[in-house]
Amino acid sequence: MIIYILCLLLFLVGLYGVIAKRNLIKIIIGIAIMECSINLFFIMIGYVEGGTAPILSKGFENAKFVDPLPQAMILTSIVIGLATTALLLAVAIRLYQKYGTFDIRKIKDLKG
Amino acid sequence: MKGMTIIVKKISQIICPVIFIFGLYIIVHGHLSPGGGFSGGVILAGAFILQILSKGKNLPNLYKEEHGLEFLESTAIFGFLILACVGLLISGGYVFFENFLDRGTLGHLISAGFIPIQNIIVGAEVCAAVSIIFIALLAYKDETDEVKK
Amino acid sequence: MNSLIPLFVIIPLGSAFIMSILGRVIKNFNKFITPIFMLSLVYLTLHFIFNSEGSLIYKVGGHQPVNGVPIAIYMVMDGLSKLVLLIISVVGFLSIFYSLSYTKQYTSERKFYVLFSLMIAGMNGIVISGDIFNIYVFLEIAAIASYALVAFGVEKQQLEASFKYQVLGGIASLIILLAIGLIYWNTGTLNIADISRQLTVNCTSPDGSNVFIKFISILLMAGFGLKAAIFPFHSWLPDAHSSAPSPISAMLSGVLIKAIGIYVIIRLFFNMLPLSYELSMTITILGTISMIVGVLLAIGQWDFKRLLAYHSISQMGYVIIGIGIGMLILATGGDRKIAALSISGGLFHMLNHSIFKGLLFLNAGSVEYRTGTRNLKKLGGLSSKMPITSGSSFVASMAISGIPPFNGFFSKVLIIIAAVQAGFIWIAFFAVLVSVITLASFTKIQKYVFSGELHSKYSKIKEVPFSMSFSMILLSILCVIFSLLIIPEVRMIFLQPAVDVLINSTNYATKIIGI
Repeated sequence: MIIYILCLLLFLVGLYGVIAKRNLIKIIIGIAIMECSINLFFIMIGYVEGGTAPILSKGFENAKFVDPLPQAMILTSIVIGLATTALLLAVAIRLYQKYGTFDIRKIKDLKG
Repeated sequence: MKGMTIIVKKISQIICPVIFIFGLYIIVHGHLSPGGGFSGGVILAGAFILQILSKGKNLPNLYKEEHGLEFLESTAIFGFLILACVGLLISGGYVFFENFLDRGTLGHLISAGFIPIQNIIVGAEVCAAVSIIFIALLAYKDETDEVKK
Repeated sequence: MNSLIPLFVIIPLGSAFIMSILGRVIKNFNKFITPIFMLSLVYLTLHFIFNSEGSLIYKVGGHQPVNGVPIAIYMVMDGLSKLVLLIISVVGFLSIFYSLSYTKQYTSERKFYVLFSLMIAGMNGIVISGDIFNIYVFLEIAAIASYALVAFGVEKQQLEASFKYQVLGGIASLIILLAIGLIYWNTGTLNIADISRQLTVNCTSPDGSNVFIKFISILLMAGFGLKAAIFPFHSWLPDAHSSAPSPISAMLSGVLIKAIGIYVIIRLFFNMLPLSYELSMTITILGTISMIVGVLLAIGQWDFKRLLAYHSISQMGYVIIGIGIGMLILATGGDRKIAALSISGGLFHMLNHSIFKGLLFLNAGSVEYRTGTRNLKKLGGLSSKMPITSGSSFVASMAISGIPPFNGFFSKVLIIIAAVQAGFIWIAFFAVLVSVITLASFTKIQKYVFSGELHSKYSKIKEVPFSMSFSMILLSILCVIFSLLIIPEVRMIFLQPAVDVLINSTNYATKIIGI
């Protein structure tokens, strides 16, 4: 039970990074930390006591396996995280070219 | 961006083929051990990125590479869709994504239907995509330096 | 018939990949292919609406259920899916036709059509999916394509709006993924029908108040509420919808917040989780507040598209009120006829809003295309020079304010009558008040943009090109035609199957697993 709470604590650390930091790159790193914590949470859900890696091979056909479905979900989620981070970084670099700064207090053209 | 010293250049020239073959090994054995298309593709892209980093960049050449990589990526992902649709057209029950090749025996390299072919296609696509991301982010650095001056 | 269901995802994905290969070689290839495949999607949707009854199921990969437990990824097409697919294909086709001449001002035109096709593929995938993780994957495809499209013309305001949209949308997606993880931990399966069966079997307490289910409901409400721009989560919408290119604004405001946000909320809360009183009350109150906040914030705006974006929040409040009152009546066991009236009012308003809000954003785009500005104080007297734009804008303004022969009136009347019959007098009062303030806001637009005297520097402008005016004329004709949906014979084809799926909310599971 402690492990799950620590995992959600990592999520909150990432959320703190997104809310309280002023630099654009630190916001992006905060989102990456949140995504890592969710992936970790998923894998811990699928654990079975005394199970081995879910790979069928000679000599291991009847062993107890951990749940392979969350592992497939995590692969997809990591790929989606890569695409999200790449797009965020591309927009951040273009913002630096147009505004000249990474500080979010100075990027405030749209108001009201 | 200048390249690195000659020691780094020579060592990376020796190491990069090893990384490339390791990436291919992970892709092709995707149905027998952990790994598969995505992680093998990222390792392949790592080999290309190491070459670019150690030799310094020469932008017009890199843009030509980018055209070729974009073509490879689009063709690979279109091939994946065609492979998924073959089940829709030829088999009796019109099933999308059906595993229509022979299953083979457990543990051999050529087994498990069309999953190895899917792994190879996805590996090529991911390698091209990650390399394009790297080249695009690198190309911004020149424009940003000009803006700063 | 069943095997045509994956075509809704295959056609847009395939055309996106072909355009990415051949677009560089053949000139103007992208511009020809995209309207053709959107038209084929419209034809396929109409074929499904008129020729099939009940729920159609398709198992990807062909794996049959083992011991009664479904193991394949299911694709389900029932009445609600057909309604939302109709919205996506019709508004998508007209937006693409509009953008054939609008995108000439951008240098990388080819990539616009590729990204647009990917967005359509993602939205179609959400609507026909029967499996929650599949909904998450297609949600991310559509959302990432829309982040790139908002930042398409690379100017200062567009990039800033896109960054804000991306950060908030990314956090919402992670919250949704956490909710999916908790659902899998609790029930052991990812199929929506199977989850519904497990939750009704395992809920042993009398009012269904399992702690897990409450936490999952709150997380899902927060995540999808941000995608649908409901009250506390609406702050990304004015920036993103006003800075995007105009056909993308029409798609985002008219289709994306419905297919990604409201459709998934309806599907998960009616058909997957057991109905509960507190959640329905929360949804209704949030809908009322967003209706009022949207229109009050829109009063002081002088930017054309920002005003329209705030009105989107308010009209989505109407839809949420309709759905929420229906959920409340079903959860407390009241009169099912009032619930059916309220839900059909909400779904009808969803359909109408996509038509007239799409038309309004295309009008704003036409005005900006010819005059170069969106500031209401600098425009004036354009009705003599741009007759098609001003005529269709008049039709859309009457429709959104709820004036009789247009479609907005009928859907708002249904929602207000249902609220009065269910006993929520205050909600009906606020709905009428908001409608009056909306009318005031849109007469302000008509006065400042289209009547009055023409500025001297705009004396040489002409009407917009043919492709843009064709879309606007067709949308205004649809505004009038869809008011015919209130007639019982026409309603039986379009709206009644959707309402039936939601009223008999537990039949979803028995129909899918029983087959």
